[in-house]
Amino acid sequence: MNLASLPVTRNLLPLFVAIPLGSAFLVSLLGKRVKGFSDTFSNVATFSLLSISLLSLLLVKHSGTVVYKVGGWIPPIGICMVLDSLTSFMLITINLIAFLVTIYSISYMERYTAKWKFYTLFLLMLAGMNGVIVTGDMFNLFVFLEIASISSYALVAFGVEHEELEASFKYMVMGILASSFILLGIGFLYSLTSTLNMADMSRTLAKIGDNRTVFFVSVLFLMGFGLKAALVPFHAWLPDAHPSAPAPISAMLSGVLIKALGVYALARIFFNVLGMTATSSSIFMVLGTISMVLGGLLALGQEDIKRLFAYSSISQIGYIVFAVGMGTPLGILAGLFHLFNHAIFKSLLFLNSGSIEYATGTRDLRKMGGLTSKMPVTGYSSLVGSMSISGIPPFSGFWSKLLIILAAIQAKHFVFAAIAVLVSILTLAYYLKVQRLAFFGELRDSLKGIKEVPLTMKLSMIILSIICIFGGLLLIPGVQKNFLSLATEVLVNGTNYAQIILGSIK
Amino acid sequence: MCFILFSIGIYCILVKRNLIKIIIGIGIAEYAVNLFFILVGYRAQGRAPILAKQQVIQNMVDPLPQALILTNIVIGLAVTVLIVAIAIRIYEKYGTFDITKIRRLRG
Amino acid sequence: MTLIVKTITRLTVGLILLYGIYIVTHGHISPGGGFAGGVIIALSFIHLMLAFGKDLALRKLSEKLATFFENFGAIMFLTIGLLGFIGGYFFFNFIFKGKPFNLFSAGIIPLCNIAICFKVGAGLFAVFVALILLKVPIKKE
Repeated sequence: MNLASLPVTRNLLPLFVAIPLGSAFLVSLLGKRVKGFSDTFSNVATFSLLSISLLSLLLVKHSGTVVYKVGGWIPPIGICMVLDSLTSFMLITINLIAFLVTIYSISYMERYTAKWKFYTLFLLMLAGMNGVIVTGDMFNLFVFLEIASISSYALVAFGVEHEELEASFKYMVMGILASSFILLGIGFLYSLTSTLNMADMSRTLAKIGDNRTVFFVSVLFLMGFGLKAALVPFHAWLPDAHPSAPAPISAMLSGVLIKALGVYALARIFFNVLGMTATSSSIFMVLGTISMVLGGLLALGQEDIKRLFAYSSISQIGYIVFAVGMGTPLGILAGLFHLFNHAIFKSLLFLNSGSIEYATGTRDLRKMGGLTSKMPVTGYSSLVGSMSISGIPPFSGFWSKLLIILAAIQAKHFVFAAIAVLVSILTLAYYLKVQRLAFFGELRDSLKGIKEVPLTMKLSMIILSIICIFGGLLLIPGVQKNFLSLATEVLVNGTNYAQIILGSIK
Repeated sequence: MCFILFSIGIYCILVKRNLIKIIIGIGIAEYAVNLFFILVGYRAQGRAPILAKQQVIQNMVDPLPQALILTNIVIGLAVTVLIVAIAIRIYEKYGTFDITKIRRLRG
Repeated sequence: MTLIVKTITRLTVGLILLYGIYIVTHGHISPGGGFAGGVIIALSFIHLMLAFGKDLALRKLSEKLATFFENFGAIMFLTIGLLGFIGGYFFFNFIFKGKPFNLFSAGIIPLCNIAICFKVGAGLFAVFVALILLKVPIKKE
């Protein structure tokens, strides 16, 4: 069977955007009338997205980088969509988490009225994220970034309580500021290169060489995308926004959104378009390390379980940015692997906190205790998630953190490696605190009547914890060659990206 | 010129205490960025990039930024609408527009 | 609203609507297109609401109808794009392209403009209605 000639695979790329977009509007149209329509339709949509992401992996292995010309216009005049291994890797991560979160939402969102509005916004956000990853054009990236951001602003404020509105407002103001910086950067780049296609732009920039404007643009992008990715010092919105959102949204936001919009865009732009220099590499490493340390320290003193997880996200994103910023192949491999792992276990942890909230009605760690006796699935999956994120073997987190530290040592950044090890111990400390306070110990009297959560929520958590346990298998040489190493190569290739893209236009 | 507008906008966002003034500041900053894009597409002695029936094609300004600006204005509109809606809800819940009083989240 | 405003509105609202439709359909020949035309069409309804009060305007175009139009416009746009698959690519221009500067030229672009006009017009009107209809209780602190 010749895979590349099936009509589905030939036109695969736009489907990633078209399916969630179409489903969002269909759910909005029919979700109120037909009972249960919004649930089933959204789940069908995310499941089909997951299947075509897996299909895309096969496609990339089969035919190399795929460039799809939208509307038949040849780049650099037209917009093109690019499918290379990095894209495929991110697509699988995002759509997997999205699918599991939609399963979870079937039961969790029963408490909120207007469930169809939730699904509409959720699918729109997913369309935006998929679009960011798939596009090969700079302004298209910005447009999809905005679609995803606006949907996330609305989703954070979904249940209209005091804290949610306040958190959403702060998030919105900072997000709009970040988008303005990004837009300014794109404007400057356009005035320099007269093109918006990423491949063409990198070729033209290579010809121009080093320039003060390029440096200014990279600073603007760092500020803009760094805010979206919650790097220190731009992280201030995250501890307010992530806890206030409903639990499945927190999982999506923390597990996927800050990675797709923030880290992926940074990596794509700095490696493929602007070209990684020694200065940008060190800036990444320094900012990453500061995020690691600050996130970890601030997480220790939190009593709200979701706020603690949010600070932990800042810390782990610091790890990823630090690893990717090193620029060495092992570093990038470690960073991408940690990105995948963190998406899995952070979503698992947030879904856990959601089920705790669903069952007990509180998010305060001081009021919980001994939950494992009544809620075994939640308890054990939370244990798996926490051990994984702290880096205990043989869970997946151990392997990725080990790789990051090894990569740092290999590149002779001994101080950074030492800091990474220390922060890892810190992570272990506060997750042990969560486990002790929430799950083990005596069951309080006020909590005697709680029950385990419904089936769909249990299902997602079990699947996620299984992936956590077996995530380390991704490093086996056979599997690694097909999945992670290809993605790494794309970034390591750097500005050769332009050659590959422009060369495969027929 | 654009940078003066942009800095006024940012100053408004960061310093002013009233919610509505923050929103206006965002609007100013956003339009400053749009203006900047128009500037990017300027060519000396260019005309509007529209072809009419009996016109000889002369020197035109770059039409690409104009499409981008149009898209950006629509995005800006959507964002402004959303932020105003949230501001109205905040007023409903907190009863005030002063951001120093809207500080339930700490840490 | 005063009598002068009401009379003028009655006279001009239809003209504004017509002008908006003109801008939308000539989107590929002269400046304008879907966004601008949609805004003007929404403005004609909002003008009605401002002059006569919300009840009359809501009778002309109720909220449910506005939401329906919004979704319909988006789905139409997406369908036009997906139909491009027939030609082999997303958003392919597959309808007969006449001579330039005529009204029926440039393939799918006028259809796209009309779809966008529905979405933007209905969306703006729905937003305005939603913001106005919300009764804000003024709390004394």
